[in-house]
Amino acid sequence: MKEVELIKNGKRVDGRLPEQMREIEMLVDVVTRANGSAKVRFGNTLIVASVYGPKELYPKYLQEPETGILRCRYAMAPFSTEERKTPGPDRRSIELSKVIRIALEPAIFLEDFPRAVVDVFVEVLQADGSTRVTGINAASLALACAGIPLRDLVSACSVGKINDTLVVDLNGKEDNFSQADMSFAMLPSKDEISLLQMDGLLTKDEIKRLIEIAKNACKKIYEMQKQALREKYKGE
Amino acid sequence: MPEVRPIVLPGELIEEKKGRKLGRNVYEENGKVFSKVLGIPKVSENEITVIPLAGVYFPRVGDKVIGIIREIEVAGWFVDINSPYVAFLPLAEAVEEYIDLSRADISKYYDIGDVIFCRISKVTKSKIVQVSMRGSSQKLVGGIIIKITPSKVPRVIGKNGSMINLIKNKTGCKILVGQNGLIWIEGKEKAKAVEAILTIEKKSHIYGLTEEIEKLLMR
Repeated sequence: MKEVELIKNGKRVDGRLPEQMREIEMLVDVVTRANGSAKVRFGNTLIVASVYGPKELYPKYLQEPETGILRCRYAMAPFSTEERKTPGPDRRSIELSKVIRIALEPAIFLEDFPRAVVDVFVEVLQADGSTRVTGINAASLALACAGIPLRDLVSACSVGKINDTLVVDLNGKEDNFSQADMSFAMLPSKDEISLLQMDGLLTKDEIKRLIEIAKNACKKIYEMQKQALREKYKGE
Repeated sequence: MPEVRPIVLPGELIEEKKGRKLGRNVYEENGKVFSKVLGIPKVSENEITVIPLAGVYFPRVGDKVIGIIREIEVAGWFVDINSPYVAFLPLAEAVEEYIDLSRADISKYYDIGDVIFCRISKVTKSKIVQVSMRGSSQKLVGGIIIKITPSKVPRVIGKNGSMINLIKNKTGCKILVGQNGLIWIEGKEKAKAVEAILTIEKKSHIYGLTEEIEKLLMR
């Protein structure tokens, strides 16, 4: 991969320090017809997640007699990227749907609603890197807002290595030209990791340090998620 | 500004267990009790419970619910109870007299679309639900039905029915509240009753709600 100068005088392309996150905005209950929903913005990445259910699952052969199931759909709007994205599921969004489902599943008490289903729709309205982790953050807020029984909220962030520097919360440009990037999700109050994906080259020590950095970032995001949920129930 | 009740979020620690019973919407890990949902914690001497602020209705034995007949079977009915699970109303739980099933068409008792006020009589582990018409159950004719978030039903009823009695007295309406979030209202001033109930749903988490509803009904 060709070298691109992504860090100048210790500052990144958008003027951030290596371990600084982008501007984060979280809002719950934005889709009125859904049981729960959330809008999360990390810089220019904007995602709306909505949750429907628990509800009856049809066709009936998909029902599990002892546990509920979780279905996730990750989709990018055609206008979310620089080049128009052909709408509809493709290889990438099918994979990300599965990744998001796996990241959320350990947090949900699925056995509380046997034979039923919870649908999670993650819609990317603007994509500028780290969409899967932003999607997980939004989905977990939407699940809490829908009253689904959860062990904990799920907080996620991306970390990576650009120009030999370890950084947090990669934006689109950094994502494309990074030496390595890692998507990370965890249940912050249980200190359990629910998603860890890595692409690129890192040493063992760097991975360990990145996990530490990611954990710290997730804990900050966790506080913001809690704040966003509390905000909804502040008096009129 | 009205004071807001303290709320807990999923995964938040409520208290040490200390030999108490686990109520609804909580779970235990290493002797500590955490909340499963976003809601208001109720901690007493023998039980820890969280009252959820959102979510769908999960049937519990003994709950009085409002259901709509969805399908007729040979010896019973399937009832939509505004929940992820459809309830079954067996013939024996619905009709007192003897019926010769080889001849009778049971749609003359309850037909598709009929609205009933019934009691949840049985819920199995895999959430197979049965309802019964015994006791103070009845078929509901006329009136209107509104739907609210099932978790807000206790607030609509109030302590020992104080809130619902207030609405009944001030509007003169007949009101039946199902635990599943369906509310049946009949009477001349039903518009006012609907307004009051929807206000309760919207502001259920603030203190001094009864006074506010009283003011609204006086208008």
